[in-house]
Formats: sequence, C-alpha cells, structure tokens
Amino acid sequence: MVLEELVQIKEQELASRKKFTLRCCLAAGCVSSNAQAVKDALDRAVKEAGLEKEVEVRGVGCMRLCCEGPLVAVDPAEVLFEKVAPADCDALVATLKGVPSQLKRGDLTAPFFKHQLSIVLENCGLVDPDRIESYIAADGYLALRNVLREMTPQEVVQLVTRSGLRGRGGAGYPTGLKWATVAKTTSSRKFVICNADEGDPGAFMDRSVLESDPHRVIEGMIIAAYAVGADQGFIYVRAEYPLAIQRLQTAIRQAKQYGLLGSGVFESPFNFNIEIRIGAGAFVCGEETALMASIEGRRGQPRPRPPFPAESGLWGHPTLINNVETFANIPPIALKGAEWFAGIGTERSKGTKVFALAGKITNTGLIEVPMGTPLRTIVEEMGGGAPEGGQIKAVQTGGPSGGCIPASQLDTPVDYESLAKLGSIMGSGGMIVMDQTTNMVDVARFFMEFCMDESCGKCVPCRAGTVQMHHLLRKVMDRKATSRDLAKLEELCDMVKNTSLCGLGQTAPNPVLSTLRYFRNEYLELLQPAPKQPAAVAPATGIF
Amino acid sequence: MAAKTLTIDGQMVGAAEDQTILEAARDAGIHIPTLCHLEGVQDVGACRLCLVEVTGINKLLPACVTKVTEGWEVRTSSERLQRYRRMVLELLFAERNHVCAVCVANGHCELQNLAVSLGMDHVRFDYQHPRLDVDLSHRLFGMDHNRCVLCTRCVRTCWYIEGAGTLNVAGRGEKSKIITDLNAPWGDSTTCTSCGKCVMACPTGALFYRGVTVAEMERDRGHLEYIVTAREKKQWIV
Amino acid sequence: MILAKSRNRVSASTPPKAAGDKRYKILETQMKRFQYRQDALIEVLHRAQELFGFLDHDLMRHIAHHLRLPPSRVFGVATFYHFFNLKPKGAHSCVICMGTACYVKGADKVVAALEKEYGIKAGETTEDGKFSLATARCIGACGIAPAVVYDGVVTARQTPESALEIVKGWLRHGS
Repeated sequence: MVLEELVQIKEQELASRKKFTLRCCLAAGCVSSNAQAVKDALDRAVKEAGLEKEVEVRGVGCMRLCCEGPLVAVDPAEVLFEKVAPADCDALVATLKGVPSQLKRGDLTAPFFKHQLSIVLENCGLVDPDRIESYIAADGYLALRNVLREMTPQEVVQLVTRSGLRGRGGAGYPTGLKWATVAKTTSSRKFVICNADEGDPGAFMDRSVLESDPHRVIEGMIIAAYAVGADQGFIYVRAEYPLAIQRLQTAIRQAKQYGLLGSGVFESPFNFNIEIRIGAGAFVCGEETALMASIEGRRGQPRPRPPFPAESGLWGHPTLINNVETFANIPPIALKGAEWFAGIGTERSKGTKVFALAGKITNTGLIEVPMGTPLRTIVEEMGGGAPEGGQIKAVQTGGPSGGCIPASQLDTPVDYESLAKLGSIMGSGGMIVMDQTTNMVDVARFFMEFCMDESCGKCVPCRAGTVQMHHLLRKVMDRKATSRDLAKLEELCDMVKNTSLCGLGQTAPNPVLSTLRYFRNEYLELLQPAPKQPAAVAPATGIF
Repeated sequence: MAAKTLTIDGQMVGAAEDQTILEAARDAGIHIPTLCHLEGVQDVGACRLCLVEVTGINKLLPACVTKVTEGWEVRTSSERLQRYRRMVLELLFAERNHVCAVCVANGHCELQNLAVSLGMDHVRFDYQHPRLDVDLSHRLFGMDHNRCVLCTRCVRTCWYIEGAGTLNVAGRGEKSKIITDLNAPWGDSTTCTSCGKCVMACPTGALFYRGVTVAEMERDRGHLEYIVTAREKKQWIV
Repeated sequence: MILAKSRNRVSASTPPKAAGDKRYKILETQMKRFQYRQDALIEVLHRAQELFGFLDHDLMRHIAHHLRLPPSRVFGVATFYHFFNLKPKGAHSCVICMGTACYVKGADKVVAALEKEYGIKAGETTEDGKFSLATARCIGACGIAPAVVYDGVVTARQTPESALEIVKGWLRHGS
C-alpha cells in the first residue's frame, strides 16, 4: 500500500456511490430490535422497485438514538426513520420517489443530535464497518500514512502530549505521558494493548465504536505502536460482544490484505500485528495488570504496581495499554493536529467524551459532547429528561467505581476534575439516569453486589470487605440495621478504599460514599433505633 | 550495589537498593506484621497487613513488595494503620469458621498471634458461617477449608519451591477455594509428591498432619527456609 | 505408589471416550494452531466450550496434558471466569441482563418471576435439563433496557410477563 493506492481506493469508492443511500443501523442495539430483517427487507424493496442503480442500502454502525431503533437514514435527504419494521420498507423506499408516508421520522435538529460533536464517532453510522474501502473513503488510514511518512516516533509522542488527550478508560491519565514512558524504554520487545473489556454495567460506548468503526481503533493502535516502538498488539475484548469481535476480525483481515498490518506497514520498515484476545466474563480484567494476566492465559488477578505495565507488562516487556475510545481519538489528532484537538473541551480535559445515556430517561443512546458540557444539557436537553413526567433524582457516572450525582448538581460541567470533586468519576462513559422511583440505598447495594461478585478474591479488604459492606446494605434495605451498622459501613468504606490492592477494591465504596453524601436521609429512614445494650455479636471466647 | 538511606519510624536505616521496606525494617529490628509473606516464595501483597505510610505519598504501600527509596520517611504503626490491620483480621475471622478452641493450630497459629499482638479482641462484623469441607483423603495430610485465609502461601510453595503445581486457587472472590488438581480429593491427586511443604507453609490450621489433635499442630517453618537456601544459595544451614 | 500414579497420568491424557469423538480431534487441531502455547489456555478453553458446550474433567485434563500445564492451573482458570461452564447447560437458555440500566428498569423483577416459576436460581438449570436461567453483567444493550437474551437472541424491553410467555412457549413445544 502506498499513498496513490489509498487515494485510488477512496476515489473508486466515492465514484461508486449511488444517488441515494439508505443507511441501516446494524449495531447491537438495533440488531436486537430486528434491524437485520429491516436491512434485508430494504434490499428486497429496492430491487422490487427497480431502483438498484440509484439506491445503495448500506449496513452501518450506531446512529445514536438506540431507543428508537431500528434506525434508517436517507442520504442526501437527511431524513432519519425510526422504529422501522420490515413491513415498512416498501413505503420507505417509495419516499425516495416522493411518495408521502406515515413512517415515524426523527427530528435531526432536536437537541439530542444538535449538541453532539463527533470526533470519535464521526464515522459511526456512516461507514460500513465490514468494508475497509468504506473507511478509506472517509479518509481512513490517511493519518497513519502521514505519520509513517512524515513523522518520527518522538514527534508522534509529542503530538499526542500536546493535544492534551487523557485516557478515556476512567482515570484520565495523560496519554502522551504514558506513550513517552513506553517509548523511552529500551526493551527488544514491546506491546500495545487495546482495552476493550468494557465491563461497567450500563456502558456501551466502546462496543458501539468497535461495531461501527473498527478500523478507526486499529489505525489508532498502529500509530501508537509506531510511536512507542512495539511490534505486536492485542485487543482484549469481552466475550459478551460477539458482533464487535466478528467485525474486528474482519477488519484485521482486511487491513492485512491491504498491507496496513503485518510486515512493512505502508511499505515502511515498520512491522505490526494485532491479535484479538477474548475475555471470559471477569470485570476485574479491565484493570490493566489483571488484563495482562488474562492475555497470558492466567487467572485475571491484579498484581501490585509498581512495576507499571509501561516498564514491565506482558511477559515482562514494556506495554502500552489504552482503551478503545483513547485509540479512536488518535487518527483525527494526527490528521488535524494537536492544536485543533486542544482547542476543544476545557482547560484540563481536552476533546470530547462519548457517553452511553440510559436508565430513566426519554432518549437513550450514544452521545458525544465536548468536555465541559454541563450535565444538565446532557440529561435534560439531549436526553429529554425523565420519561412520563418523572423527576430526575440522580445521575450515576463511572459504574461501580463511580458515584451518584444528585439533581441539584446538574449544572456541573462534565470533566475529570469536576466529577471527582462530586465524589464520582468520569469512568468510561456510562451515564445512568435515576428518577424519584429509584431507591438510592438499593442502587448502592446493587453496585456493591456487583463488586462482591467481581472481586477476584486476592486481597482481603476487597474479598471480605465487599461481602460485609453488601451484608450491611442488605440489612439497611431490610430495615434491620441500626445507626451502629451505618457507622460500621462507613468505617469499612474508608478501610476498603485505602487498603485494597487494585482499583476495583479502592473504588468499590464510591457508590455507597456518594449516596451517603447526597441521599443520607434515605439511609436514615430505613434504620432501626439502636438497642441500648450493644448486641453481643460474638462472645470473644468463641474466637480465641 | 548502591545503598539507600531512609527513615523507618524515625530511625535512620541503611538498605541495599533491591531490598523491600519489609526487609530493611526487619534488618533494623522493626517488626511489621505480615500474613501472606513467606520467606523463599514470591510475594503477592495480598493480605494488606504490612501496609505502611510514606510521607508525601497518598497511598498506603505494601512493605513486602515495595522497594526502598532514598530519603523516604516510612511509618509502620500509626494509629490508622493499626486500625486497618485490626479490621483486616476482623474480616478474616468473620469470613470463615475460625474457632480456635477446637483448632489443631490453637496456640501455634499466625492468625491467632496477629489478633493477640494487634489487640483485635472482638469481631464487630457478622460471621458468615460458610459451610465448608474438610478434605481428609490424603494419607498424611488434611485440608480444612474452614480455617483457610486464602493467603496462597501453600500454593506458592507448591509451585515455586516444590515445583509440582498441585495446589491452586479456584473460583473467585468470596467463593475462592484452594484445590488440588481438578478439584479432586487430595488423596487422589496424580501430581502431589506428598512432600508436605504446603503444610509447613500454612499459617493457620487449614493444612495439618493427619492424626494431630486440638492445639497439637506445630510446624517446622525453619525447614522450608532450609530447603530454599539450600536450593538457591547452595548452603545447607542445619 | 508414585510410579503407579504416573502411569495413570499418561492414560488420563486421552480420555476413553475421546476415541471416535471427532470433537477431540478438532480441539487438538485448534491447540496445534496455538502451537500448544501455555498462554493460549483461555483461548483453548473458549474453543473447547464451543465444541462441547461445557468443560468436564476429562476435557480439562486433556487440555492440561496438551498444553503441559498442571491440572490445577486449568481448573483455576476455568473457574475464575464466569463465561466457562463446568456443567451442561439446558436445552434452552435465558440470560437476563442485570446491568445498571436494565436493573433500574426492572430486570430484577424478570429474574424473580422466572426463578419463582421454575424453582431454580439464576445460574442453575431445571432438573429435566430443559431450561437454564442466567444473569449477565451487562450486555451493552442499555438503550433497549431491560434486555434478555433468549437462546442467543437479544430481545428488547422485557417484562416478567413477556419473559414467562417465551419460556413457557419453549417448554410447551418440548425442545
């Protein structure tokens, strides 16, 4: 592959475009609402109407508004049809000839779409994820070509550093700094890992990116590998995402065929291969040392850091780990420059963030907004507030490691520091809205049960502490707890947070702490009056 | 090898650069409590008893796996650390069925000794009372899961000192359990060499010699160290 | 005694039922593709479960032998990850997503209804082997919560009633 070929593929692809394109969402959300049948019906309807020369039916990735799926968009008319059934397809195709229809149309000028700024998702819903040519037509792999031809690895690291990009996996560690650390090591082998073990319940950003635009992630990984000097990459993806795995496999195969992976990428001396590793249902494997243990075929248990993966990672070699969204940000940064990227977002949080909006909210789906967008804009304007006249009570971000932000704090801008100040975290981007019917103690109990089940069992505070915290929360829910139990719960939260080995345990108390902070009343209402005599929990003689 | 100077509990300590805080403290006569640490096998930093505070560092650091750094001010027994350590023990006591009065290791148990030395005299958390088995299928040894603290000292001994790989942890979280082979009864294991090193490594009454009764289970921990030094340093210290 | 044991070990590597069972052949080809690398253990377990539906002791011993790993390692890994089953699953399976979005929209009630109706807990299979009930951590279909996976097909916006109807339909028509 050389530049001329890349340009040629793009031109061929654009020249083969027909007058109309019907983009049918084939991401997991719509597929589970029967979108594949809709795509088949569209193919048939186009054929029967004799419009094959004028209309292309393209299966694409996520078009954001999952709750209204299956979605079909029409180009160039800029119309979005919602809740399309296979039986609607003849009428839908007929609209291309100007026949009016009763089909449900989405309002593309609604705040849900209007406030979005797509960088990571710019190709999602536009390109056909199963065809590399479709990606190339959207300037795919051009960034890689420019990087390999025009930049030294050090310049790439500097570019990423200057862009201000921070890890999108949750903690927000500066990406450039991570790259620089790995680049500086002098090991003969280095690895790049894409963390696609999106385990937070209520998060589906990475899944959507992988299903909709897999080449984008691969391109980001290749650029990263070039920058840090790695020759082997792994994508660690959850077994729960079969469609994403399938599309990644196709994408890797196609990239190899075009000489974009393998030896001599873009006919440069640089070699890079990617293998997919499939997770097997362990949330803790999102933690980087556990993830590496899992890639090595072992129990996914974290180990103490240091040494950090950047110094000693997979099989003891320096390893760069970034998540899906982080890698997906790389090609546009390489293409449009660090300054362009740094111009978006806030002082310390640059660029955009993708959120999966779900729960008690009118519009559920995928959104991408500039960092610093107020939560209120996201949940009230874009999300349309709670459905059926409900009241938003809290917004949960960061999954089991995050916290519940009360409605009174909705004017908080979404960035790493502001969310941390509220006792939550940015997390990977799950955003679950809760209304007045949601019991916040039960929410805390739900997350604690999650952490308890997902604790790897290695360190005592997390293994046994989550069990006791869950037990105490259950007691509160059952109206059997006293103020003494609540004090014990708070003491345990502090201890588990400060003494656990890895991030799972260290953040497991967050949902309890944040609900105690903002919704303490709900706990107090469930408490029993404390007994006058301390209950004989266990006679000391019973132990030793 | 370059030497590092640091203070531990206000005392100036010199240490080799590859030493851990735990080793440096031990050489200086400062005791840091441990449970999952065992001389001769790789440390895992799992029990969290040896956590220490270092000035200027937000997080608590496990002394067993943290290398010394020039100029560090380390505190090993602040009130807060003591409280956390007692809670670790409370959690362990509540997790399984540690009834010392009827335990073979009574009086020779590291968990019991830690409880005494750290002043953990009662457990505030509800006992979980799990129903767990006792494996008496091996002709020489027994395994009582009720007494197990999942420190994995036996597993690491089996893998790194004996090299047999018979023992491992199965399951995860609170359902973790020490197993032999494919969870077969110990006596049916096709890989166990019956060397008994795991029994020497166990801190509690979870692994014991068949035939011992309450409070009789004493073990020769020095023997393990003897084997390790013999293997690694070719020194047979009797 | 030790000698007798090691003989056992050799014979245990090729389970008696392996002879004539093509699936063992396929699995061996797969392991060969991974060059019998020990770090391919999880990948191999995935393949084995695809072929056999679950991982029994003979199968795990077979894998341990070929990857030259102690059996305890294979068992430790197989039981660490939720995805691997050591027991056969029912003819039909119903996996209820218990991710946050599904939970706040009532997935727990769907689980409770099925548990009550069929007298099994999530993670179990009915005694006649016809129906397995399970929960998932989050299948990433939060936009259509609560989501339930019936025999591999993700289905949107489920209620206790709709779930009971589907499962009843399965059991009425046999398998």
